[in-house]
Amino acid sequence: MVIIAKSLKKIVAKKSFSKRLNKSQRVNKRPTFLGWRRENGRVGIRNHVIILPLDDLSNTACEAVANNIKGTKAIPHPYGRLQFGEDLELHFRTLIGTGSNPNVAAVVVIGIEPQWTGLIVDGIAKTGKPVRGFAIEQNGDHQTIADASRVAKELVQASSELEREKCSIRDLWVSVKCGESDTTSGLASNPTVGNFIDKVDTWGATTCFGETSEITGAELNCAKRAKTKHIGAKFLKTWQSYNDDVIEQFKTNDLSDSQPTKGNIEGGLTTIEEKAFGNLEKIGKKASFIDVLRPAETPRRGAGLYFMDTSSAAAECVTLQAAAGFVVHLFPTGQGNIIGNPIEPVIKLTANPRTVRTMGEHVDLDVSGILRRELSLNEAGDALIDMTIRTCNGRLTAAEALGHNEFVLTKLYRSA
Amino acid sequence: MSVPHLLVHTLQDTVGVVVVEGVKKNQILTGWVMEGNKTIKIKCLKAIPIGHKIALTTINNGDAVIKYGHDIGKCVSAISKGGHVHTQNLKTKRW
Repeated sequence: MVIIAKSLKKIVAKKSFSKRLNKSQRVNKRPTFLGWRRENGRVGIRNHVIILPLDDLSNTACEAVANNIKGTKAIPHPYGRLQFGEDLELHFRTLIGTGSNPNVAAVVVIGIEPQWTGLIVDGIAKTGKPVRGFAIEQNGDHQTIADASRVAKELVQASSELEREKCSIRDLWVSVKCGESDTTSGLASNPTVGNFIDKVDTWGATTCFGETSEITGAELNCAKRAKTKHIGAKFLKTWQSYNDDVIEQFKTNDLSDSQPTKGNIEGGLTTIEEKAFGNLEKIGKKASFIDVLRPAETPRRGAGLYFMDTSSAAAECVTLQAAAGFVVHLFPTGQGNIIGNPIEPVIKLTANPRTVRTMGEHVDLDVSGILRRELSLNEAGDALIDMTIRTCNGRLTAAEALGHNEFVLTKLYRSA
Repeated sequence: MSVPHLLVHTLQDTVGVVVVEGVKKNQILTGWVMEGNKTIKIKCLKAIPIGHKIALTTINNGDAVIKYGHDIGKCVSAISKGGHVHTQNLKTKRW
């Protein structure tokens, strides 16, 4: 046992960033990675075959299929019945987007009835990837599970033969969101992500930040980071609309029981303004955002930084970003948010030494050296680029290894 | 400079952040002001947990508390230099 432990330590040390970087300074060059280029030209870094329920009722069949056919993944969720209007549109957009994400090779959709199931299938089919739908009514669970399992087996075997190719950073879509933030987030882990964004923005990557409510206090500074005044105005309109339609309508005496969270407060954050200025550190100093996206909306203006109107709750936000097509996520945390996503790998970084010490199994990159003045922000940004490329090339994130699959749909209002 | 006990974002800030565990009452802390790369010393009036804020100057009731060079809320109970700044004496101006 001792021998095994020692050799494992050696492997970990060999992979450690400091040693790799000092040798070549290779992150100054635009890095490449191995990805799967899908039928529509987009590049994925994972090769999932997902079993996607249209609605809550179909979770059981989806989980049965995923249990039958190894290498497939069910993505259960609680909604999809009697939704209407904008809320239903968002439900469809999120499910179609999830199936369309280039980290997904093929999809089996199961719904209680064939019509809405068919809408999801048709939406995903536009990417050109293999997708098949099954409805439970007039078949029952047994027949549906048998039929879907036969197809899922073919899909997973076919996808296992797809080969990866060398891809450019211009093929990479990266989303960012922080969680269980504390004051170390604003000092170090969020600026590390910001340093990453500033660098990859000039290399032609597509990136996305969100968290509408959590920019409150820094909204004018955020608007100034828009590429044009028009885009800045679009952002402020989105932010104002959330405040008017949701906060003003539902707030109690104030939102201090929720924003900052209890974890934020434990970590030393006191007000939403303080949290917002820390949050905004994630978009760096130079990059400007080129559009404002609706929840789960796919960017259409080419490479660059995008703002998406999202909840600030971690799983809701990442689920929407994954549905918009982002393939790898950077997640700075202070107190230790443990989120993962079923299709988009979530890379966790923290600068809080207590979090590294007490829950290190969740941390992919430790940047606490910034607080000790052992690591510069520039070096931390390069280390994050290195970790991202390793993740693209197949390294499992902590959240993947630990089995974190938080898939949480955003619901706009009560169903009919 | 040795490992700092606290970090300060900008020169205008009236609070800094304790970034080490185990800071004790009456301890003299070394601070690093990141903007301008300055070093400061400050005596802390009580044990402040990692991540929590310390007042760099006297902050009066009603004053704006400044961090990141920006207003992060209002002081609702006077804070002495070296005091602990948190929910007991700082409140949001929003929501």
